[in-house]
Amino acid sequence: MMLHRLLSGDFPRSRILALALLAIVAALALAPFLFPGARALNVAATICVFVVLVASYDLLLGYTGIVSFAHTMFYGIGAYGIGLTLHSVGPTWGAVFMGLTIALLLSLALALVIGLFSLRVKAIFYAMITLAVASAFAVLASQLSDFTGGEDGRTFGVPELLRPGFRLVEAEVFGTAINGKLITYYLVFFSALALFLLLLRVVNSPFGRVLQAIRENDFRAEALGYRTVVYRTLANCLSAVVATLAGALMALWLRYAGPQTTLSFTIMMDILLIVVIGGMGTLYGAVVGAALFILAQNYLQALMKQGSDALVAVPLLANLLHPDRWLLWLGVLFVLSVYFFPTGIVGKLRNLKRS
Amino acid sequence: MTTTTPTATADAELPRLRLDTPPLLVLPILALLALPLVGSFPTWVTLTVAGLAMGMMIFIMASGLTLVFGLMDVLNFGHGAFVSVGAFTATLVLLPMQGWMQADSVLLNLSALGLAIALAMLVTGALGWAFERIIVMPVYGQHLKQILITMGGMIVAEQMIHVVWGPDQIPLPLPTSFRGVILVGDAAVEKYRLIAVAVGLVVFAAMFLVLNRTKVGLLIRAGVENGEMVEALGYRIRRLFVGVFVAGSALAGLGGVLWGLYKETLTATMGGDIMVLVFIVIIIGGLGSVGGCFIGALLVALVANYTGFLAPKIALVSNILLMVAILLWRPQGLYPVAKR
Amino acid sequence: MSEPMLALAGVHTHIGQYHILQGVDLVVPRGELTVLLGRNGAGKTTTLRTIMGLWHASRGALLFDGNDVTRAATPDISCAGIAYVPENMGIFSDLTVRENLLLAARAGEPDTARLEWIFGFFPALKKFWNQAAGTLSGGQKQMLAIARAIVEPRKLLLVDEPTKGLAPAIIQSLITAFRELKAMETTILLVEQNFSFVKSLGDTVAVMDDGRIVHSGRMDELAEDRELQQKLLGLSLDTHQ
Ligand SMILES: Nc1ncnc2c1ncn2[C@@H]1O[C@H](COP(=O)(O)OP(=O)(O)OP(=O)(O)O)[C@@H](O)[C@H]1O
Ligand SMILES: [Mg+2]
Repeated sequence: MMLHRLLSGDFPRSRILALALLAIVAALALAPFLFPGARALNVAATICVFVVLVASYDLLLGYTGIVSFAHTMFYGIGAYGIGLTLHSVGPTWGAVFMGLTIALLLSLALALVIGLFSLRVKAIFYAMITLAVASAFAVLASQLSDFTGGEDGRTFGVPELLRPGFRLVEAEVFGTAINGKLITYYLVFFSALALFLLLLRVVNSPFGRVLQAIRENDFRAEALGYRTVVYRTLANCLSAVVATLAGALMALWLRYAGPQTTLSFTIMMDILLIVVIGGMGTLYGAVVGAALFILAQNYLQALMKQGSDALVAVPLLANLLHPDRWLLWLGVLFVLSVYFFPTGIVGKLRNLKRS
Repeated sequence: MTTTTPTATADAELPRLRLDTPPLLVLPILALLALPLVGSFPTWVTLTVAGLAMGMMIFIMASGLTLVFGLMDVLNFGHGAFVSVGAFTATLVLLPMQGWMQADSVLLNLSALGLAIALAMLVTGALGWAFERIIVMPVYGQHLKQILITMGGMIVAEQMIHVVWGPDQIPLPLPTSFRGVILVGDAAVEKYRLIAVAVGLVVFAAMFLVLNRTKVGLLIRAGVENGEMVEALGYRIRRLFVGVFVAGSALAGLGGVLWGLYKETLTATMGGDIMVLVFIVIIIGGLGSVGGCFIGALLVALVANYTGFLAPKIALVSNILLMVAILLWRPQGLYPVAKR
Repeated sequence: MSEPMLALAGVHTHIGQYHILQGVDLVVPRGELTVLLGRNGAGKTTTLRTIMGLWHASRGALLFDGNDVTRAATPDISCAGIAYVPENMGIFSDLTVRENLLLAARAGEPDTARLEWIFGFFPALKKFWNQAAGTLSGGQKQMLAIARAIVEPRKLLLVDEPTKGLAPAIIQSLITAFRELKAMETTILLVEQNFSFVKSLGDTVAVMDDGRIVHSGRMDELAEDRELQQKLLGLSLDTHQ
């Protein structure tokens, strides 16, 4: 019953999927104790943030049928909002909230303007305009280097509680120090969990169902009396706000905000890939997709390097397996999954059960 | 009014004349406004020529895309790949033929370049054909998948360039006789920019003639407006579309070669980077309109050059501002295409 | 009588999830003008679009001139000899009148004698020969749309509500045009709501409702039988008298 309310009545509807989700959540919840080591914890935190980031994108792509290329812009606004404020004001909680507020307001304003401006027209129009705006934003962020730190970005200090040197209790628990890093991790983890459950609630609310009706047939939804522009713009704003929060979490975790980690087009592609591979139009896809993707990104590339090194003698093949060509294989996987698994992993798992 | 139609039915549409002049005036007005702001006449000439050259190159890259969209409602986010591939393919000719390129002979320079362009257009045209078959055709009419798939195709193409040509930038020096400047009065104008303008004008004129004077051209224009009716008259719009797609890809390849020589270095992402400008151009021009695309390209490039000189910081977002301004004036772009 | 020019047998058409045509049986006899009547949303336009292959029948068969065209593509159907004037006229407004007609002439240039014949009842087209079609008035556009369908002889002509929104004077010139076409024994399927316009033109008539043909017979019988008119077409038609 409690679970029903927590998940807003939207259950995984597949035993394997439920098990996978449970495993992922448990692993993330206990990550500091299960996988000690900075690298592993970093992977876990990145997964948490990406689950939220991708889920908020899925609200647009999967549930509303809007293609936006500006999602990293909102993500970046969140990161830079925290980063620049902490950098200039100093590492206080006041600065964190100030940065967050500024970032949220800016995102909201931008999302509203872009939405009202271009969502009236076709989906394609919106895709192009967001692409243009996002790239202009990225250029601005890297060019206004006095303010943003340019290509190098900004590193900054975080409030005392979140610093690696801080100890909550002196003793170690299960061999793990209870330090600021661990606290930051749980801040990220629980915020991500809360945001995800919130999104789950939204898509299962009457509002979410209108969005899906619009996605299926906007003409008909309009005929039924729904102002599609309003609903789309609202979805756009909500998605932007959540992305901004995800960016803020990431910045707090990394204690750094820069173009490569937030604004780059590669991240936009990552988001698209995760949504499509995980399964559009189901938030659980974001969880499974993000976990798989981030793990693969961190550990599969090493494998590619081995393959490439082994094939040095074969010129073209070695190039194909070079770790930098990671994106090539992702691209191929992406195209194939749009064709053959439009419902992604989650859709496949759910179908498995039915047949 | 004619004698057979004494009543004024549906005359609301009469003002839609063939030549819609206000957008045409925007260009000279913009250039004239920039003159006092820039202050010095020679600088203004240099900036204007630079803008026109850049505009022509963008037009060459964008024209195919806007027609492809107009005909089948297909927006190819992977169009930029043809630009990159075109430029890189040209190196297959230009780098081995350095001798001809560096020779102090216009004829040798031109032959090398002509060969490179021909090969680039051939390869990008063929690639366009394959792209249409494999990537685009299965997702006709499904906008969401179209955007995703063509984007994916773009990534794969960019990465394949890395695989074939390696991860580094490739320098692409201009042929000897195209280097340097010509003095027009006090104004220094780079030779290559004049050549780019000339090529752009030729392409535009050729396209204009084809679209207005040949049956295929008429069919393309008709198809942009109402593809169903073209089919109902007995023509296969798919064939028309594939033709336009291939031609547009080849033009993007040509644009890539010109753009690469302009930049004198090639990167795999050069096509993807320029796509942002290309999209802005076809939105400003009115999706599906070649004339609008031409004016939009020149407009974007001129604004970029003037603001780049006057206020470099604003130049970063000048395209967006220009687009917003134009869309506030004409929400469907400068030359909206009448749709069913 | 010889076999009909066009025969629909039990045709069902779905648009998305909507079941629009629910078993249409319709026969268009050779050399005659068949009128298809029916209230708004009855499925008349859908019927014509299904014949043209712009929608495809999910069940049933379409036989044109003895050939099965149920699955054929639109350009093939057109080339087999059907000309279509859609409800929205489908004019290419960016092209001139001349260019519009040029595209309709598959032989290349339109035949001069036939053009003169068309100008006879649609003189406006001659006057605006080199003007963009988008600048024509609604009635002139309708003339152009019909001219485009008849600029070369075709076996069958489909015309969808040509009088919609037009002034009486223009309707008169349309009547002239249809008389001329009938005199040449052109087979026509004409969709209309304006009963007085088709009463004198039609040879046979079919009435549609809710995606089915609910009546078919000779036009003169229906024209005389006011009771049947009432029953099939409702009161509204009286106002056209
Ligand atoms: N593209 C579409 N999508 C969904 N339903 C449609 C579509 N086109 C038509 N319909 C529906 O099909 C039914 C029949 O439409 P159709 O246009 O064939 O009627 P009609 O007899 O031509 O009406 P009218 O006299 O108003 O032109 C209508 O209920 C209409 O709402
Ligand atoms: Mg109709």
